[in-house]
Amino acid sequence: MADMIFDLSVKGRRGVTLPKRDIEGEIHQILPEKFIRKEAAELPEVSELDVMRHYIRLSHRNHFIEKGLYPLGSCTMKYNPKINEALVRHSCFNNIHPYQAIETLQGTLEILYELQRDLSEISGMAQVSLQPVAGAQGEFAGLKIIAAYHKGKGYTNKKKIILPDSAHGTNPASCTLAGYEVIELPSRADGRVDVEKLKEVVTDEVAGFMLTNPNTLGLFESQIREISDLIHGVDGLVYLDGANLNALMGIVQPGKIGFDILHFNLHKTFSTPHGGGGPGCGPVGVVKKLVPFLPVPLVDQTDGEFFLDYSHQETSIGKVHTFYGNYAIMLRAYIYIKMLGPDGIRHITENAIINANYLMKLIAPYYHIEHQEYCMHEFVADGTLQKKGHGISTLDIAKRLLDKGFHAPTVYFPLIINEALMVEPTETESKQSIDSFATAMIEIAEETKKDPELLRNAPLTTPVKRVDDAHAVKILDIRYPINRQ
Amino acid sequence: MPYIANTDADRQQMLEAIGVKSFEDLIRAIPVELRVKGDLDLDPALSEIEITRLIHEKTCKNICTQAANSFLGAGVYDHFVPAAVDTIISRPEFFTAYTPYQAEVSQGTLQYIYEFQTMICELTGMEIANASMYDGASAIAEAILMAVRKNRLKKAILPESIHPEYVKVIRCYTEGIGIELITAPCAYGVIDPDALEGLMNETVGSVIIQTPNFWGNMEDVFALEPIVHSNGKTLLIAAVDPISLAVLNAPAEYKADIVVGEGQAMGNSMYFGGPLFGFFASKLDMARQMPGRIVGGTVDHEGKRAFALTLQAREQHIRRDKATSNICSNQALCALAATVWMSLMGREGIREIAIQSTIKAHYLADRIKALDGYSLAYPTAPFFKEFVVNTPIPAAKIIQRLLPRALYPGVDMARFGNDRQLMIAVTEKKNKKDMDALVETLVEVKNG
Repeated sequence: MADMIFDLSVKGRRGVTLPKRDIEGEIHQILPEKFIRKEAAELPEVSELDVMRHYIRLSHRNHFIEKGLYPLGSCTMKYNPKINEALVRHSCFNNIHPYQAIETLQGTLEILYELQRDLSEISGMAQVSLQPVAGAQGEFAGLKIIAAYHKGKGYTNKKKIILPDSAHGTNPASCTLAGYEVIELPSRADGRVDVEKLKEVVTDEVAGFMLTNPNTLGLFESQIREISDLIHGVDGLVYLDGANLNALMGIVQPGKIGFDILHFNLHKTFSTPHGGGGPGCGPVGVVKKLVPFLPVPLVDQTDGEFFLDYSHQETSIGKVHTFYGNYAIMLRAYIYIKMLGPDGIRHITENAIINANYLMKLIAPYYHIEHQEYCMHEFVADGTLQKKGHGISTLDIAKRLLDKGFHAPTVYFPLIINEALMVEPTETESKQSIDSFATAMIEIAEETKKDPELLRNAPLTTPVKRVDDAHAVKILDIRYPINRQ
Repeated sequence: MPYIANTDADRQQMLEAIGVKSFEDLIRAIPVELRVKGDLDLDPALSEIEITRLIHEKTCKNICTQAANSFLGAGVYDHFVPAAVDTIISRPEFFTAYTPYQAEVSQGTLQYIYEFQTMICELTGMEIANASMYDGASAIAEAILMAVRKNRLKKAILPESIHPEYVKVIRCYTEGIGIELITAPCAYGVIDPDALEGLMNETVGSVIIQTPNFWGNMEDVFALEPIVHSNGKTLLIAAVDPISLAVLNAPAEYKADIVVGEGQAMGNSMYFGGPLFGFFASKLDMARQMPGRIVGGTVDHEGKRAFALTLQAREQHIRRDKATSNICSNQALCALAATVWMSLMGREGIREIAIQSTIKAHYLADRIKALDGYSLAYPTAPFFKEFVVNTPIPAAKIIQRLLPRALYPGVDMARFGNDRQLMIAVTEKKNKKDMDALVETLVEVKNG
């Protein structure tokens, strides 16, 4: 198919003009011959307009927030304000180097200092490190903090982390990376942590408990106090996966209800763009006794002079990023928080919860919902009625939604719900847009009965028809065969 | 309220439809004693006009490299980014999209990642590349972990010539899971081959060679490779500057097994060191051991070419605690910037960038080493675009003295243990006048 950037290549065509060299020299005279590449890397030779047309054409093949509702559960696909984009592109933000003299960075450090403080307040934690660049890296940093805390107290037997079976996949994967064994705890019939079963697995070997709250079913874990008491009873620490923080802001401060550590996803809760998969930002916040273990450096000040603080270097877990993390993402979150203020933050949460409950109510007559109670910012419906009655899977439902101009919800997760459809509309959607999404879901429920073939063949209107994932694994075509010149 | 469309009337209607009287009824599951009393202690809300003013005040307290004559590098470089790059990555179609899980409405993202993987393979000479890692440092750490998965040998050799900040990250990633890191000494600014040979044995899982190394010097990879591969088990992990690969050997030429590196220099602004992005490539036999996302070509149900995420059975959302990595979000938009940048530069442009950087860096080094009191720290080592200079007075003093002139002469090596050294990076953006200005001021400050 002739629509790879490489297919547009014409020998001698150029996409940039560089300044004429004002220093004479010849690479072969400067560098030893053995280090010089023999065969050129065949990057495409295209004009600037070729490049623009090619990538704009590709852009048209994407779904994105401005095109339509993007109800991916646990992903918080809220609107990404454009003022954030405009302001972060200021030259005094994007043209600063991490090793500049501190005197030339005061504006930047002041912002980071305030962001540490604002995130601490929102989460009820004592301090926040902005360094982790993604949620999973925040989890990893948090688990390393748990390990450092126990090491400092002389424990050698704390090898296990408990997490519920509804946990995000990153939780167990991060545990492995941090050197922990995972104990998976089956959820109670109502979808919450089974405190009685938890009592059975809590031993001296338990280092901590990782919990998403509200959990991935969209339900608040009401017994968090009992859970944290149990874990604290063996000097374990309680970790909050902050993926669902959009349901708590202004209503609950996790650091004040029993959680010791949490990570934020600035690219979920704080409106920074997902970028097609990143860059995100996953700051980690902790209670007072864990501050000495946070990554270095933090940002601090003395009499209004801001500086990078390495003073806890000896106790710190060290670093998870070459420099200070995804600064450009932090800036967007800073702007967002400043524009919301305390009332705005609470309104975000209230509207996220109202929107989710309203949507659940609208589609409940047509889709099975295992946990019939008010949800927080998201809920889990499923396709079991459609599967049993008509052999239509959740995948078919998801693909048909694409035809109707919507992105699909998160599908087949959490794993404890068969044919799961995990829906998170977010607060930035209006009642009207939720109505139209519900209408599409209801139409699909009707189509399931009348024309199941239509669903099995969906999507029909997208840039490509249903994609064969298994074939991609079978043929493993992971790079384009470039023509050598 | 900003970014909320629902009016009070909408909300009332919705609450009625749900069947509750008030919002409070929806959060009954949250015990009252757990709830926040009163308001959060945050600054009052600002309008767009006010935040713009506030941000302007903050920016005035920074002095950016555009307003200065900067020779700072050490892992983050001020290379040329054509305006077209930002135009593409500013398209909401790309930047507000999620990870391409629904392939049919993500072909744009999937295809550019496939193109990115192809370009990384082309530069490195490797057979497979992933969709990006967080940064060069975590890419090396993940490469060490992949080597362990491949050969089960939990020992890695890290030479002293690796970026000290990378080493901190690598330690954080590998401590606690029983991986032993051994430091290989350097001599004259490069790895000492005899010392490396002395450390090698059949229990070593991988050796990491950063080239150009932290000090900008080129490691003698052709001499080192046979030492690394002598036992047939140890894997060679090359950490490289991707722009250098336009003129320097593709790591495949010296038989690297895994190739990683920091990609920021290709199309991404410096942003105080973040976001960065790591690239990660290897031979095909390690495809199923790779961390991160990989995009593959496939077909749709009508047989039309399409793209999809592939080999997902390695990843955390499927394999959970047995996954090859915990990475989920990566640095996709940075990889897009790099893809657009590599397209704009093309086969010849990237060579020109690399050549200009090298020639200019050597011009500057030649002039500085001729100055009384200054010398090259590693005069025998060949270097690419960055070099270390011994200074007659502490580098911190030089930096302070040049601040009023907005001249950033390089990285103060005091932070890495030597207070009388400056590390100086040169890119194609520097011209003769910029460099001569640095030379003149170095003379002045030395003479007081």
